[in-house]
Amino acid sequence: MYPDNFRYTKEHEWVLVEGDAGTIGITDHAQEELGDIVYVDLPKVGAPIEAGKVFGSVESVKAVSDIYSPVSGEVTEINQSLADAPETLNTDPHGAGWLVKVRLAEAGQAQPLMSAADYQDYVGAEK
Amino acid sequence: MVDFGGWDMPVQYTGIIEEHKAVRGGVGLFDVSHMGEIEIRGPEALALVNFIATNDAGKLKHGQAQYSALLYGHGGFVDDILVHRVADNEFFLCVNAGNQEKDYEHIRAANRFQAEVVFASERFAQLAIQGPKALATLQKLTPVDLSSIRYYWFADGAVCGAPARIAHTGYTGESGFEIYIPPESAADIWEAVMKAGAEFGIKPCGLGARNTLRLEAAMTLYGHEIDASISPLEAGLDWIVKFDKGDFEGRAELLKQKERGVSRKLAGFEMAGRGIAREGYPVLIDGAPAGWVTSGSPSPTLNRNIGMCYLPADRANAGQAIQIVIRNQPVDALVVETPFYKRAK
Repeated sequence: MYPDNFRYTKEHEWVLVEGDAGTIGITDHAQEELGDIVYVDLPKVGAPIEAGKVFGSVESVKAVSDIYSPVSGEVTEINQSLADAPETLNTDPHGAGWLVKVRLAEAGQAQPLMSAADYQDYVGAEK
Repeated sequence: MVDFGGWDMPVQYTGIIEEHKAVRGGVGLFDVSHMGEIEIRGPEALALVNFIATNDAGKLKHGQAQYSALLYGHGGFVDDILVHRVADNEFFLCVNAGNQEKDYEHIRAANRFQAEVVFASERFAQLAIQGPKALATLQKLTPVDLSSIRYYWFADGAVCGAPARIAHTGYTGESGFEIYIPPESAADIWEAVMKAGAEFGIKPCGLGARNTLRLEAAMTLYGHEIDASISPLEAGLDWIVKFDKGDFEGRAELLKQKERGVSRKLAGFEMAGRGIAREGYPVLIDGAPAGWVTSGSPSPTLNRNIGMCYLPADRANAGQAIQIVIRNQPVDALVVETPFYKRAK
């Protein structure tokens, strides 16, 4: 369910770090809790984002939720396809439903986040 | 699951949009057992009902129901309710879950009539079967001829052999039935309705779909469009206020409001720009504060983002341009006629 090469936050975001690049999304648990996602609000390319701070929001039929960044860096790409197909976040949150790519401010900053196994335990305990 | 007036209730079973579309296109089943029930009976039952509620219960025939409001003396809502006339001297009120104790105390305090007020919630579970296939679904489970129950009428009979009050009412903008049943029969009846509706693609529906359905039909929700600070005239519910039936709680204040006109009115709107309005968001007209959003959501039927808000009464007409402040950004919206959705007759 949760890819082993991702790191996870308590706020239910994931980050995949490859060199100095990070890809950020929300977890399957998050999309499940949100329900039908209808709108995604993302920062612009070039915007700085900061670990633990809000950088965007996802909105389902029932509510709007902030997205917290797992890492600090600068946005290099946003997932344009979500504007027309926000439901991708429900169907493929760990793949095609990625939100933004960032250039990491420093290496190793995702390490303190949860592993897939830890996150699985975390959402298991939350239920 | 969310806590809703002390009840653990699902926001959704399979997904709000899927559940919503089942009700618009087929049939959906809601467990609304959280709703409260209050019985009023005795020689002056009608006098009490007509004193505490704004609509004229004297117009009701046996087996007929009406939408009505309980008001404070200052004209604000205690609750919005359904009044059913069971017999000459017996009425059955369906009230909001979160308000039921307050309603009961309010009615008792006003009772200077020969009438008895009975808190009956623990004796009734309630299921709502809603949608164009609601009748065909429920008909399999009852000997009562459902097609003979007109809209806003009810019949006492049986469902799955259990005593049931079957009302042709609902909170979805579709045709459908609300059944009041013994709590011990509720689980079996739920299963039987799901089975009976299987051929129509029945879906169990949660609070989320209940909200989007009622919003498309522009039906008010206590705590959102109406509360103690809002009067029925402001909420566009003039049609349930019958000034000529004699005195009732709130009448004097409402009469004043009617004579001088209300300063604010409930209006429906559609987003023109990108974004979804939510409860509590500020509303601007030409950049200046003008009101607030009471409910907002994507409309699964219309594929537009809709909502309701309070506006100055002279600016609450269809065609008025407004802006909704969404996360500090004003986004264009337009006042439109309500309901947003009306079923084909």
